[in-house]
Amino acid sequence: MKQQIPPVYDACRKPRRDFLALLGAGGVGLLASALFPHQSFATVEETLKAIDGITGGKAPLEGKVSIELPQIAENGNTVPFTVSVDSPMTDQDYVKAIRIFAEENPYPEVFTFHLTPQSGKAEVKARMRLAKTQNVVAVAEMSDGAMFIAKEQIKVTIGGCGG
Amino acid sequence: MKKKPRIKVPKSVKTGEVFQVKSLFPHPMENGLRKDKKTGEIIPRKMIQRIEATLNGQLVFSADLHHAISANPYLAFHCRAESSGELSITWFEDTGKKTTLSQAVEVV
Repeated sequence: MKQQIPPVYDACRKPRRDFLALLGAGGVGLLASALFPHQSFATVEETLKAIDGITGGKAPLEGKVSIELPQIAENGNTVPFTVSVDSPMTDQDYVKAIRIFAEENPYPEVFTFHLTPQSGKAEVKARMRLAKTQNVVAVAEMSDGAMFIAKEQIKVTIGGCGG
Repeated sequence: MKKKPRIKVPKSVKTGEVFQVKSLFPHPMENGLRKDKKTGEIIPRKMIQRIEATLNGQLVFSADLHHAISANPYLAFHCRAESSGELSITWFEDTGKKTTLSQAVEVV
């Protein structure tokens, strides 16, 4: 699977095309960009939109999935986390995918884990980069199509995107 | 000294037992957003974009890695084995380079 390489702009900043798109959006856009010049303020909505794209507009349910994070991450370059989903992991009932989003990173997608009944236990540990204090969202997709969501806030002392 | 990729699995497990697999791949994970502090030039993107784990050739677990992954990606997940075999993990870099590492798992 070849992933498209996005255009490169200033580190830690939104790609400029979004800023221009906002300008193009007329008066509202002009006002917004005057109030918040080249800020990454739109990413929370973008994350929500990205999650909407996965769930097909359906609101995911709370519960079943949980995400464990340190309360304070001193170094945003390596933030360890554990995501787990309450599931028997049998052939009939298992977790198909777990997606991790960082709401206010320049690019919100972090990880997509694809699991199978052979995985035995729906728990994954890894490390991610976080740009600043924000919410981390985990969305689990079950084999029957049900979606579960969990959100956890984390404080980041030094951002980890090299800006 | 160049560091090597590592996998850690228990040497022997019981039939049907769920065990943890730990993996570590030394890689800078340059996401193409960082600038060189001296020259001001953008460091080109070079990342691991996919990790696949198979047990006896059957896909058990896979992960897509996006922008926000720490350098030297560490991944710990679980796996269930019904019979002895080989657990292989393949790391796919976006340059097309592939690295595979295998470890035997004995079911007793």
